[in-house]
Amino acid sequence: MDSLKLIAYTLVMAAVTYLIRMLPLVVFRKKIKSRFIRSFLYYIPYAVLAAMTIPAIFTSTANVYSAIAGLTVALVAAFFERSLITVAISSCVTVLIFETILKTVF
Amino acid sequence: MQKYSYLQGFKDGISIGLGYLSVSFTFGMLATSSGIPVWIAVFISMSNLTSAGQFAGLSLMLSGGSFFEMAITQLVINMRYALMSVSLSQKLDKSVTLLHRFAISFFNTDEIFAVSSGKDGEVGTRYMYGLVTAPFIGWTLGTLFGAALNSFLPESIRSCLGIAIYAMFIAIVIPPAKKQKAVALVAAISVVLSCAFSYLPLLKTVSSGFVIIICSVVAATVGAIIKPIEIEDKEES
Repeated sequence: MDSLKLIAYTLVMAAVTYLIRMLPLVVFRKKIKSRFIRSFLYYIPYAVLAAMTIPAIFTSTANVYSAIAGLTVALVAAFFERSLITVAISSCVTVLIFETILKTVF
Repeated sequence: MQKYSYLQGFKDGISIGLGYLSVSFTFGMLATSSGIPVWIAVFISMSNLTSAGQFAGLSLMLSGGSFFEMAITQLVINMRYALMSVSLSQKLDKSVTLLHRFAISFFNTDEIFAVSSGKDGEVGTRYMYGLVTAPFIGWTLGTLFGAALNSFLPESIRSCLGIAIYAMFIAIVIPPAKKQKAVALVAAISVVLSCAFSYLPLLKTVSSGFVIIICSVVAATVGAIIKPIEIEDKEES
């Protein structure tokens, strides 16, 4: 991939992210009163992460079956409130085992 | 006189830094396994210092999204930082001059915000710079290790790592969704919409960056209307 283009992407990302963090800290002195805006901002991260995960997760591995297996394990581990890294690793290992089995059997 | 020292801040930041190590390790691996050079992966981490934004940015880079999409996606994903910065601005003491505000705001991640707002009273420059030190180093080193190590890993391992980031997203969403029905509802609406945008004929043509924006803005708006959060305004002076 073209390094210059990657750097340009990175600078756009960094500039936007910095402005979002910097402007309120420099400009705002009072607390946001609007309950609606505060609620909206509260829900945003969950909405973003959910939309990014499904359905993209189904094409994140070698085949859709191993992805479903990995998704299931991640959901169960997350339900029992394991740490981020534990959920990630158990999901990865599940995919690895599943794909190895699929390869040996078929 | 500042209430907290640099060292106190540094100590509070160590556990954040350790946590970042593993997340950025995954980012580094994912970046290089998708063909991004090691040094650019590290550059992304050092200049952005944000997890979800970097992962989303990476996928946009790979799908060849426009710079405008990139900017809007980062804006939507990282909009929450604006609120945190507003809140943090009330927490800083007089030692934090305008110049320091320009510097400190760069490091305002979810965790750094959470820890600093948990301190009693106001925090000053020393504490803030101490607090951000370990997380910044952890985030950078983790990315470097993950990116550099990736080329030594066999293909089967690299392919299964593709699911790691999504598993982490799930680990972030599920616990609060268990406790608050509104969070579960917001996530569900967002998922249904994003599936519609991937599978339905006309909607399929909308590019992935905008899909995330549309889904999350609609879902979060529904959440804010149906179940506004409680505002715990401890007496403000």
